[in-house]
Amino acid sequence: MIEDVGARLSFDRGAPGRRGVGVPRWDGEPAALPDAHLLRESVRLPEMSQNEIVRYYGALSRRNYSVDSGTYPLGSCTMKYNPKVDDLIASLPGFAEAHPLAPAEDVQGVLRVLFELQSHLGEITGLPAVALSPAAGAHGELAGMLIVKRALERRGELAQRRRVLVPDSAHGTNPATAAMAGFTVQELPSGPDGGVDLATLEAALGDDVAAFMVTLPNTLGLWERNIQRVVERVHAAGAFVYGDGANLNAIVGRMRFGDLGFDVVHLNPHKTFGTPHGGGGPGAGPVCARAELAPYLPAPVVVQEDGRYALVRPADTIGRMQQFHGSIGVLLRAYAYIRTLGCEGLRETSGNAVLNANYLRALMRDHYDLPYDRPVMHEVVFAGTRQRRRHNVRTYDIAKRLIDYGLHPPTVYFPLIVEEALMIEPTEAESRESIEMLAGAFIAIAEESERDPELLHDAPQTSPIGRMDEAEASRHPVIRWRPREA
Amino acid sequence: MQAFPYIPNTDADRAIMLERLGVASVDRLFEELPAEHRDPQINIPAALAEADLVRLLQERAAENVVDRPTFLGAGAYRRFVPAITPHLVSRSEFATSYTPYQPEISQGTLQAAFEYQSVVCELTGMDVSNTGMYDAASATAEACLLAVRVTRRRAVALLEPIHPNTVDVVRMYAFGGDVRVDTVRHATDVTAEHACVVVQQPDFLGTILDVEDASGAAHAAGALCIVVADPLALGLLRAPGDAGADLVTGEGRDLAGPVAFGGPSLGLFAAREPFLRQMPGRIVGRAQESHPPAGASPGAAPRTGYVLALQAREQFIRRERATSNFSTGQSLIATAFTITVQTLGPQGMRESAELCYQRAHDAARRIATLPGFAVVERGAWFQEFLVRAPMPPAALAMALADRGIIAGLDVSDRGEPEAREATMFCVTEAMSPAHVDALVQALSEIGARS
Repeated sequence: MIEDVGARLSFDRGAPGRRGVGVPRWDGEPAALPDAHLLRESVRLPEMSQNEIVRYYGALSRRNYSVDSGTYPLGSCTMKYNPKVDDLIASLPGFAEAHPLAPAEDVQGVLRVLFELQSHLGEITGLPAVALSPAAGAHGELAGMLIVKRALERRGELAQRRRVLVPDSAHGTNPATAAMAGFTVQELPSGPDGGVDLATLEAALGDDVAAFMVTLPNTLGLWERNIQRVVERVHAAGAFVYGDGANLNAIVGRMRFGDLGFDVVHLNPHKTFGTPHGGGGPGAGPVCARAELAPYLPAPVVVQEDGRYALVRPADTIGRMQQFHGSIGVLLRAYAYIRTLGCEGLRETSGNAVLNANYLRALMRDHYDLPYDRPVMHEVVFAGTRQRRRHNVRTYDIAKRLIDYGLHPPTVYFPLIVEEALMIEPTEAESRESIEMLAGAFIAIAEESERDPELLHDAPQTSPIGRMDEAEASRHPVIRWRPREA
Repeated sequence: MQAFPYIPNTDADRAIMLERLGVASVDRLFEELPAEHRDPQINIPAALAEADLVRLLQERAAENVVDRPTFLGAGAYRRFVPAITPHLVSRSEFATSYTPYQPEISQGTLQAAFEYQSVVCELTGMDVSNTGMYDAASATAEACLLAVRVTRRRAVALLEPIHPNTVDVVRMYAFGGDVRVDTVRHATDVTAEHACVVVQQPDFLGTILDVEDASGAAHAAGALCIVVADPLALGLLRAPGDAGADLVTGEGRDLAGPVAFGGPSLGLFAAREPFLRQMPGRIVGRAQESHPPAGASPGAAPRTGYVLALQAREQFIRRERATSNFSTGQSLIATAFTITVQTLGPQGMRESAELCYQRAHDAARRIATLPGFAVVERGAWFQEFLVRAPMPPAALAMALADRGIIAGLDVSDRGEPEAREATMFCVTEAMSPAHVDALVQALSEIGARS
């Protein structure tokens, strides 16, 4: 019988008395332990031999799809190749073993790398005030919006400017971040071309607006044609332009947020600079701002003086984002990626990412609806509306069927303004053949939806497990192991 | 055109693709971008081949001094991590996958996260856990915001001595949420204005607290009790959940891998059951198959799997009304933490915690016998202790540095009377006994010369 791996957690494996690793014995003079009321008996944990643990986690790993397994075209998530040499660099003992509170003279190597990374990101974005300490994109957003808040406070306008404008196509983190930063959020409907509608924006602007948050290119994979006028109007109203830099990978080396007049952006190194996503982190979320905002950056930042590097606290900082200095292991990988490609290579990544997305759009366009039929940047948003209308097949079913073709599904039902959205981002790391294979799978599925819609409703058939009852998992949540009832 | 190793398309590929698009060049695809700003001068160094890159970064890594005996702790501890931990989490199926939005092909990440939640609940004595947050300090700040939401009070209290960077991070989040942050000397200073009291276990200066004192005082004031616990110490110490804690956070990085200059980290976040739907972050739940594949045994029961659960709390659904903006977390670090804790198992966690305790107490006992040195009495402690030397902490650090040793943390600028003129030394289970011998020898020489 084939094992139901999910039904047996580590806690249900092993046997009393087994252990996974030995611990050195203390054979010196033993000190008395603290009073018994401060101590516990033991921790309830699995007792497994090392071999059992390796096989169990090995089995789990084989139940995962990954970028190293194949095409992973999750739109907006940018799953590109993760260079292995970058992993090697992050694990060099000189970096891995450095203590965060070590005296500066003992950590000049890592400080120099971080200083140079700040400078490279400043160059790449055209926003020279850079802090690397946020732990992820959403954390960088929070830092960025708090920089805006502090700047307003210092201008004496914080009490008055409490409203933040966010397009309805934005990532959910944008409104959530604005709310965490203490602002109220007003959502702006997108224009007919999928971009910011100038008239809508102008009507919403006023002297109570703190910032406009905009993703560039936007989450439909489209360039904001009015971006310069947008920036102009927002600034004229005395508000800040906050850039969600999640899609920098579409324009890196070709356009800089700072040159367009943006005030603050955050970046996601796993999207633009090839750091592994780890199944949901760790990430990093560097924040880049105009020079005038440098005093408000989160602490610490790295400075250089007389050839020596040091961590410092910006004069009027919003504070620390985390206990120490940031996701150093992720930042080292981002640095290695930038140094491997240089400016010309980064420009090639955006060029090929955009070429691949447009090629995919051309190959698929006769088979799926295109709600915004314009040349795209790094990703293309199709809609499964035709399939739903004619064959009662949902985007959800199309995504699940793709799994049977050995591919990871795209992002679905986002952005929210597109019905039955299929948001596909091939990235520059895929070859022409793999784009053609991906398009071929989508086209074959479109044909299957006409011929045999049940095939889609029952998909996937080849995955380690079938479709799950997700609603029940939230209605009656079981979120931890418990001993079986005797 | 130069070929880059991470970009497969060749000029010939591009020609075929461009022809299909009816576009003359790749640059033409960017024509919507404002011409006056297109293709700016960007001053970053030219591309490096892999061998040159490795050589450069090896040089940088070698500029860090990491082989000297060091007695710094203060939130980043050298821990024993078994070899299978880095081995298993470096499997690229774990390392190069995304957030598990498609459960059918993400069971590895999801089930590992369920294991993590289970382990955190067992260690902390809590009912529920999320899949992990950025680090201990930001998790603590999120816990404070949860307390603010459920109590509808606009101030939080942090019990000193607590890590100063935790205070800093909580203040940063509180600036966002327009919440007042008070630091208090006694748990009984918590009032009906406070949503919670935050207690660090062991405290910043190393002392083990009776969490029940703090939780009792908090509950008497109608506030929640949040405990920031060291997870290895929980191999030995009473689970905070058994001592009245409502929320427990902690730093998981050091059981997951090397200190890595402080990050990436892992913020533990666990709670009592009533706060489940107020929690920030991702939560994985158990589920059953609704559509077993035809290949599964005929007539077999639906199989068990794992999915992202309770997502209605999260930013991508609830947007500005979400419990947090949290999205990408620390999944891989959480898996590493889980594997270490499970490999140690119930015996190993206890033995590792006791070894840490014994090595630290042995070092303290030997230092206390040196003429001119004193170990400050502050009650039961775990791995960090305060030393007064016959010279100020700065001079002591310099004298140790001259002997190739990094001293503990100078805490003499703190408000607590015990910290006056003191250096906080940290000794853990993973520290070499030879390093402790070298420290004792060096202090003995320094004491003799002063």
